[in-house]
Amino acid sequence: MEVFTPRSLAEALRLKAEQPSAVPIEGGTDVMVELNFDRARPEALLNLNEVAELRGWSRDNGLLRLGASLTYTEAMAAPLSEQLPALAEASRTVGSPQIRNRGTLGGNLGTASPAGDALPPLLVEAAEVELSSVRGVRTLALEDFLVGPKRNALEADELITAVLVQPSGARQTFMKVGPRNAMVIAVCSLAVSVDQERCELRAAYGSAGPVTGLVTAPLDEVDSFPERVAEAASPIDDVRGSARYRRHALRVLAERGLQRCLT
Amino acid sequence: MKIELSVNGERKEADVWPGESLLFTLREKLGLPGSKNACEQGECGSCSVLLDEKLVCSCLVLTAQAQGHEIVTVEGIAEDDRLHRVQEAFVQTGAVQCGFCTPGLIVATVDLLAHRPEPSDDEIREALSGNLCRCTGYQKIFDAVRLAARA
Amino acid sequence: MSTPATRRKLELGRVGESVKRVDAVPKVTGEFAYSSDLFAAGMLWGHTLRSPHAHARILSIDISEAVGLAGVHAVLTHDDVPGDKRYGLEFPDQPVLAFDRVRYFGEPVALVAAEHPEQARRAAAAIKVEYEPLELVVDPELAADQPAIHPQHWTQGHGYRDDPRPNVVRDMRIERGDPDARADVSVEGYYELGIQDQAFLGPESGLAVPDGEGGVDIYVATQWLHVDRDQVAPCLNLSREQVRIHLAGVGGAFGGREDLSMQLHAAMLALHTNRPVKMVYNREESFFGHVHRHPGRIWAEHRANRDGKLVCVRMRILLDGGAYASSSTAVTSNAASFAVGPYAIENALIESTCVYTNNPPCGAMRGFGAVQTCFAAEAQMDKLAAELGMDPVELRLRNALASGDELPTGQKITGSMPVEEVIRRAAAIPVPDPEELPRDPIRLPGGAGNTTRGDGVQRGVGFAVGFKNIGYSEGFDDYTAARVRLFADTDGDLVAEIYCAAAEVGQGVTNVILQTARTELELENVMLAPGTTGEVGSAGSASASRMTWMATGAVQAACRAVRDELDRRGGGLASGDEIDLERIYRHPRTGPLEPETGQITTERAHVSFAAAAMRVVVEVDVDLGLTRVVWIGTAQDVGTAVNPQAVYGQIEGGTAQGLGLALMEEIQTRDGLITNASFTDYLIPTALDMPPVVAELVEHPEPEAPFGVKGVGEPPTVVSTAAVMSAMRAATGRELNRVPVKPDDIVFSGS
Ligand SMILES: Cc1cc2nc3c(=O)[nH]c(=O)nc-3n(C[C@H](O)[C@H](O)[C@H](O)COP(=O)(O)OP(=O)(O)OC[C@H]3O[C@@H](n4cnc5c(N)ncnc54)[C@H](O)[C@@H]3O)c2cc1C
Ligand code: FES
Ligand code: FES
Repeated sequence: MEVFTPRSLAEALRLKAEQPSAVPIEGGTDVMVELNFDRARPEALLNLNEVAELRGWSRDNGLLRLGASLTYTEAMAAPLSEQLPALAEASRTVGSPQIRNRGTLGGNLGTASPAGDALPPLLVEAAEVELSSVRGVRTLALEDFLVGPKRNALEADELITAVLVQPSGARQTFMKVGPRNAMVIAVCSLAVSVDQERCELRAAYGSAGPVTGLVTAPLDEVDSFPERVAEAASPIDDVRGSARYRRHALRVLAERGLQRCLT
Repeated sequence: MKIELSVNGERKEADVWPGESLLFTLREKLGLPGSKNACEQGECGSCSVLLDEKLVCSCLVLTAQAQGHEIVTVEGIAEDDRLHRVQEAFVQTGAVQCGFCTPGLIVATVDLLAHRPEPSDDEIREALSGNLCRCTGYQKIFDAVRLAARA
Repeated sequence: MSTPATRRKLELGRVGESVKRVDAVPKVTGEFAYSSDLFAAGMLWGHTLRSPHAHARILSIDISEAVGLAGVHAVLTHDDVPGDKRYGLEFPDQPVLAFDRVRYFGEPVALVAAEHPEQARRAAAAIKVEYEPLELVVDPELAADQPAIHPQHWTQGHGYRDDPRPNVVRDMRIERGDPDARADVSVEGYYELGIQDQAFLGPESGLAVPDGEGGVDIYVATQWLHVDRDQVAPCLNLSREQVRIHLAGVGGAFGGREDLSMQLHAAMLALHTNRPVKMVYNREESFFGHVHRHPGRIWAEHRANRDGKLVCVRMRILLDGGAYASSSTAVTSNAASFAVGPYAIENALIESTCVYTNNPPCGAMRGFGAVQTCFAAEAQMDKLAAELGMDPVELRLRNALASGDELPTGQKITGSMPVEEVIRRAAAIPVPDPEELPRDPIRLPGGAGNTTRGDGVQRGVGFAVGFKNIGYSEGFDDYTAARVRLFADTDGDLVAEIYCAAAEVGQGVTNVILQTARTELELENVMLAPGTTGEVGSAGSASASRMTWMATGAVQAACRAVRDELDRRGGGLASGDEIDLERIYRHPRTGPLEPETGQITTERAHVSFAAAAMRVVVEVDVDLGLTRVVWIGTAQDVGTAVNPQAVYGQIEGGTAQGLGLALMEEIQTRDGLITNASFTDYLIPTALDMPPVVAELVEHPEPEAPFGVKGVGEPPTVVSTAAVMSAMRAATGRELNRVPVKPDDIVFSGS
């Protein structure tokens, strides 16, 4: 095994092009568990911690650019939390302070787990993912980026460089169900927004299907929306919960989420 | 591979396996076993250290990522021969039983009080929710944090 | 010549005072050496290859590739076990390394020693084992009659009730009075418990160092040094003197370190390579590395008269012991003995059976059988109270067991048994008023998950009482040795060095020993030598809530002998002189139970009993099935509190473990395979799950115990699962007859 530590984005992209099998590592909160438990032995690791271009966030003409290295702790802090309140709420539900200090948006997208807590709020906000390689830069809608359970649309030579969001300004919230009051992987989760301007209801569920799923409806379909969310999901039975419960919980979360965003 | 980093204010060098965690390196290569290895999956906080003044689980940091960075472990918390007030409070209140969680909790509490000198009970609970303790039921740990905050 | 040293008046640290732990300072600085922190020059790393099957025949093991890998110094299989091929805490039914077949998922099959743990892992992965899967025995209700898992019925012929069914570990019956006695009302129930894990934070680990003369020193985190030695030595084909076990820092135990884990394996590797070998399990491996709390199924019927007096209790208990016996026979008996709870009863029929299966092996865990039955019995008491329209606390008071009463085993309680006071004290602790809304989500069910702002939240208050035995039972020859060496230091002051192999597992027995010695010797200068099998006799196990009582007794006896000798020598010691005496302490003798009726055959089967009562307030989001425990108030019968601060710590910590079993802790299996062997999916309570605990100590000295002590570790765990579930039922109106309760059960189950 080898570790590469590029000092710039250009160097990182070059290394990734030369060694497509190199596994990027940011906060390591997913990668290290795989290494510690002997579940993965990649030929090389690409440490992105020293790539300044990936850090922090910026705003250009209203468009938010969240660097791939943005941590949950950073996403919880004002003023970003005011722009993306559901993402801030979701970030507070992630792991513990230790995990939130290290875990990143880029890592959550890289893992592309259906339980990834950053994904539902970003889906609700119609986020795009910026992917870069020595060949150039492309952006993909987040829905198109998430192609399957723990599978995403990254090409072997690409890195996730940012998430791009035009904040909707809509009322929004995030909720996550777990059998313990802290430090849980979602049994299921839901981000909800009520966009009065675009007259749209939006919801994105986690841990209730192979990928995080988005459900939308016109504003006047509030009453049937919770049922639609529950029906759109395709949950399974696993160690964390039953399919039946997950579907039920999504309905309850959708009702509560709408209520929060409408009052 | 060779790694150079600062631990508790001292420059250290270690020859590590590339896939090695900072926790393993601290414990097995640098003679600092104070950080504990209770889960190695980020769930228990026993391995908590400060990495460039941020509270992290050292089991989830690749040692190679710590190259050139500053680490503070539980061994670096006491001031010379005197216990840090957080350590003193843990001793006084009976917050230590088997003590396996203690090093991580000491570091997490020092970090909490650095950001929130007078935390509310809810803030204490949330801040320490990543540090599992199997022995104490947390009551005396909360007492210790409150005592250290007052001290 | 200097004047002889004499005793100095003592200032601090007697029995009854809250004394700071002597190991607290090294523990807060990180200097305290746990078993995983040890290091020796030239040390190798050991690693265990484990079975991926729950039940399979081993056809072949090929180590040829593994042996040749870089850094590898040894690859060992059952062929390399020098002595006995099997060991066991009570019955030698467990292979040191599997041969012929594997009986549970994660069973050790081969060992590797290498320079770096990564090399050891790679070598283990290179060992080729051919398995042929065998029929699984995983349903405890069918297990008894399925084909035998073991070649021999290990637990038969030990004075237990004769049950020839191949996979029965122990079958017992307690029959008292008229088991068919009728009464005005009757309530029935069925209850189930999942497998709980001790989840001590410090995974199994230790260091074995060959002594160069064929023997070995093993530094390990354990609960009972001498019984480890007695199991290890014959398997290594060594004498007991050649195997020395030393207590390394223990990161919690809770019963999970009673059985061997890596002791034998590291010793085999060390003797084979003639190098020190360190083994450290990771969290996943730890789930395979020790026995768990027995999962159980319990059928119960309680009959009572209109006035609330219990007339007859009938209970059938089925425990799944998993693949090996461990301490299952004693757990089976304990479950039966305490099935009724701390209530006086004249008629009872309790049947308790434990079976072998290919599920994870079970054995000792804090509460030891009493946890399982307390959960069922207290649910029954609540049902009965509802049926009778009686206040649940009142119903319990009406039946409270007291000194002089007889237990279902016929044993008359002669010591302290203040159940009534424990109930009254717990019930009198003021319950906090409901909190106002809105609140931060972390003060609501679902916590950090932000799932409710108060919607769906219902409050419930529950109450439960529990008890269990203190110390080993049924005729076990239980004793503790302590040795005191008194000498004069260079300043001419008297110093006492205590030797006792009592395992400090976090519970605070070190302080108990020192406080006892200070009190007895009236001396401040007292220290405790490191625990080892080399310097002193057995202390018995740090389990069954016995260590405080037993260590206190032994240290007291040794101190008194030393004191008498000192007095004989005129009250002082000249520099260079010393007194060095060892004494053994035994608690009052117990005898076996009659195998067919479960009645005592001597005056008693159990030494002593301790009770606890607890009130719990919960808030449940009934739409999502999520819970927040709001508050706990408890009173516990502790005999004499040797170190009150530590006693409160035991109560709080023990309560958290019972809360965990009620709400979240379960090892899940599919066809015998553990599916959640991690702290990501085996959840234990966090700081946001534990409410404030208000605890009161009920101190009635136990007449036959040194200083009147009782054990304190287990009663809070026994009662808290039941108490939390009582509150859960009150909040939800649901029956909730299985723990841990799942959100599903709250949302979907019938009321
Ligand atoms: C104790 C614990 C609790 C957790 N709790 C939660 C939780 O509540 N909710 C949740 O959603 N997650 C949780 N996680 C998972 C994890 O923290 C998150 O998925 C986190 O966002 C991962 O970020 P990271 O920077 O640590 O990723 P890393 O581990 O560094 O990487 C994760 C994956 O992304 C890839 N990757 C990283 N950066 C890039 C990039 N720039 N370009 C391409 N690929 C990249 C990596 O190769 C890897 O495959 C938890 C993990 C732990 C250990
Ligand atoms: S050992 Fe790092 S969090 Fe548990
Ligand atoms: S004191 Fe043992 S885990 Fe906290």
